[in-house]
Amino acid sequence: MEFYDKRIAMAHGAGGEATRRLVEGLFQPAFSNPQLDSLSDAAIIEPPAGRLAMTSDSFVVQPIRFPGGSIGELAVNGTVNDLAVSGARPLAMTATFVLEAGLSAEALRWEVEAMAKAARQAGVPIVGGDTKVVEHGKADGMYICTTGLGLVHRNADLGPKRVEPGDRVLLSGPIGNHGMAIMLARAELDIEADIQSDTRPLLELAGRLFDALGPSVHWMRDATRGGVATVLNELARDTELRITIAEEAVPIDDCVRGACELLGLDPLHVANEGQFIAIVAAEQAEAALDVLRRTAGGERACLLGEIDRATISRVIARSSFGGTRVVDMLIGDPLPRIC
Amino acid sequence: MCLAIPGQITELFADPHDAERNSLAMVDILGVRRKVSIDLLQDDPPGPGDWVLIHVGFAMSKISSERAAEQLEMLAMLGEASTARDELFDGMTNIE
Amino acid sequence: MLFVDEFRNPELIQRAVDEIHALADPKREYRVMEVCGGHTHAIFRFGLKGLLPPNVELIHGPGCPVCVLPMGRIDDGLELAGDPNVIFTAFGDMMRVPGSKGSPLESKARGADVRIVYSPLDALKIAQQNPDRQVVFFAIGFETTAPSTALTLLRARGLSVKNFAVFSNHVTIIPAIRAILESPDMRLDAFIGPGHVSTVIGCRPYEFIVRNYRCPIAVSGFEPLDILQSLVMVLRQLRDGVAKVENQYNRVVPWEGNLAALRAMAEVFEVRPYFEWRGLGFITQSALRIREAFAPWDAEQTMSVPGICVTDPKAAQCGEVLKGVLKPHECKLFGKECTPEHPIGALMVSSEGACAAHFKYAVT
Repeated sequence: MEFYDKRIAMAHGAGGEATRRLVEGLFQPAFSNPQLDSLSDAAIIEPPAGRLAMTSDSFVVQPIRFPGGSIGELAVNGTVNDLAVSGARPLAMTATFVLEAGLSAEALRWEVEAMAKAARQAGVPIVGGDTKVVEHGKADGMYICTTGLGLVHRNADLGPKRVEPGDRVLLSGPIGNHGMAIMLARAELDIEADIQSDTRPLLELAGRLFDALGPSVHWMRDATRGGVATVLNELARDTELRITIAEEAVPIDDCVRGACELLGLDPLHVANEGQFIAIVAAEQAEAALDVLRRTAGGERACLLGEIDRATISRVIARSSFGGTRVVDMLIGDPLPRIC
Repeated sequence: MCLAIPGQITELFADPHDAERNSLAMVDILGVRRKVSIDLLQDDPPGPGDWVLIHVGFAMSKISSERAAEQLEMLAMLGEASTARDELFDGMTNIE
Repeated sequence: MLFVDEFRNPELIQRAVDEIHALADPKREYRVMEVCGGHTHAIFRFGLKGLLPPNVELIHGPGCPVCVLPMGRIDDGLELAGDPNVIFTAFGDMMRVPGSKGSPLESKARGADVRIVYSPLDALKIAQQNPDRQVVFFAIGFETTAPSTALTLLRARGLSVKNFAVFSNHVTIIPAIRAILESPDMRLDAFIGPGHVSTVIGCRPYEFIVRNYRCPIAVSGFEPLDILQSLVMVLRQLRDGVAKVENQYNRVVPWEGNLAALRAMAEVFEVRPYFEWRGLGFITQSALRIREAFAPWDAEQTMSVPGICVTDPKAAQCGEVLKGVLKPHECKLFGKECTPEHPIGALMVSSEGACAAHFKYAVT
């Protein structure tokens, strides 16, 4: 079967011949694997021994292609990363598309190929999915929802209850690149900078950490929307502990810092798609950093701060000259400001 | 009340409606580039290499690296022998 | 980052802090007002308060254009935005500020065409790209921002762009400082002067403060060292019993200001007889409206602006906080009904607002 259509039309979501052309001509060849190829109503998976992790995420991004990535690649890696920071390796994934009538088939093909590539890289089969088409003007080209099933690492034991005073806060690498790349790609601000999204799979980095340290890793989360500040605030709230970070320790690329200064944004609030925060036992912090830095993509991992008990649980940033401030949660979207 | 940050001019551009006059400049902020208006500096137009203070897409004033160095020097004198420092401090505060 | 990182040097900061401790007489209290919201933001952002002696108190002033804008003006702007033919443009700062019927962002959610711009010139560009739509730019700001609006209007006239109008909410800082100094419940020892406004108006307009009120002032930059150095300057003046206008920020601020900017403002704007400031009430000659010569580009002269008056929610004590009479957390609504997520007063919205800064950044 060949998918020869030039544009997506309502018929592609109606379940008839056009839908079959789309599924069997585009999705199935791109994602091909035994479960998907059977084209049945559900993929059958043999449950392996151990604990399973399951997660779901929707991807809505404008523009759908941006420097460093695109919605398709994001849709796979986003879910892979949610599994990775839960201590799991992905077993299978489903993908649901909401397409806008009028979308060029070429744009869709691009994203499907990006998904296939990202899935291969993460070693996860896309075993099923669904497609719906909405009228022109009712969606930004396309939305993608993915659900992932993963097997939790034997050594992983994560959760806010495991976080203790004295634990160290580690960050996998430089922050703010994804959110800034998207903001600049919208071109409304007329700002040019060579900023690429950091979207990438975190499986390897997280996996190595669990291999080496096992239960000494107490908590982990990827710092997506809301940035590092939001993730740390969630942790402070869930543990009722205080988190203190060193302001100057936060790795930020010059361009990202320049754009943040210009637009009055705090890089700690800007979204990432390839960074995580890991909380590890104090005595293992150096070893953990060492593992991260020796793994490809973890070269700029750093010790961000530490955790202690205090009357009020919150996130504090301390500057090298002794000034302290509260790091707040992001409210709404980051908006550029002039005052 | 107003967010303004330093940027360095890399290039000047003629006014799109008046080729005789440069009214725009590309400024660089840590590798981030934006075209800004330099019309507010028409009395003393800046050139490539100059540092300017940028606010809402306009260059507001030129930044003096000499003055900046003086300020830092003055700050470095704080805590030193007080009379010499006091003289320096008074001499530099730009009082009219 | 040049001209930024040098002014965050930990060693020099320590020296300046030591100097402030040495200068502050433990037997007296110092109340220093930073006029500008940018300074308020920086003071919290860099945690400077914790470095100062307890008897040096920083009072947050009225220099945040978003915070002092009365709700009625936002309602007026959103009335204009409600016209389906209008593209309503404003700085990102305005987007979450509540009027009596919601914020610009909420108007956008209900279908209005509300867009964020970084520069007024970007709003003009949107007008040129959409000749069949009316573009309104909701202008806010003190003298730092007003010249950019003026130049944009001069350009709109030069290019005969007919579908572009400005709704001017520009205000001027000197009348607000005067109002604060005249306020009977106010006692201030010194001012940290607004650095970026001063790039335009220069340092002379502050002379009345030292002449009439014997109050020292240092026009200040926004990096930690700038603010600390300015404190050193005013504390030295207080120690010596003098009152002068000093220019800490002379790497950027010319004593005489920016004449080209002042010319552009004078050509396009005239002073309003009076204007309402949120929390401070009506202040005479404290705001700028567009001159009749530019009427075709003035939303107030060409479009039907309802002129809505809204009284502030009774329990909110924005005015007292704005004048520095109350500290943010002393307001009855602070952190309860009024939070950055659900702000009641504008001081809780803008990142320069004393309440938002206090809520978000204050460690104690």
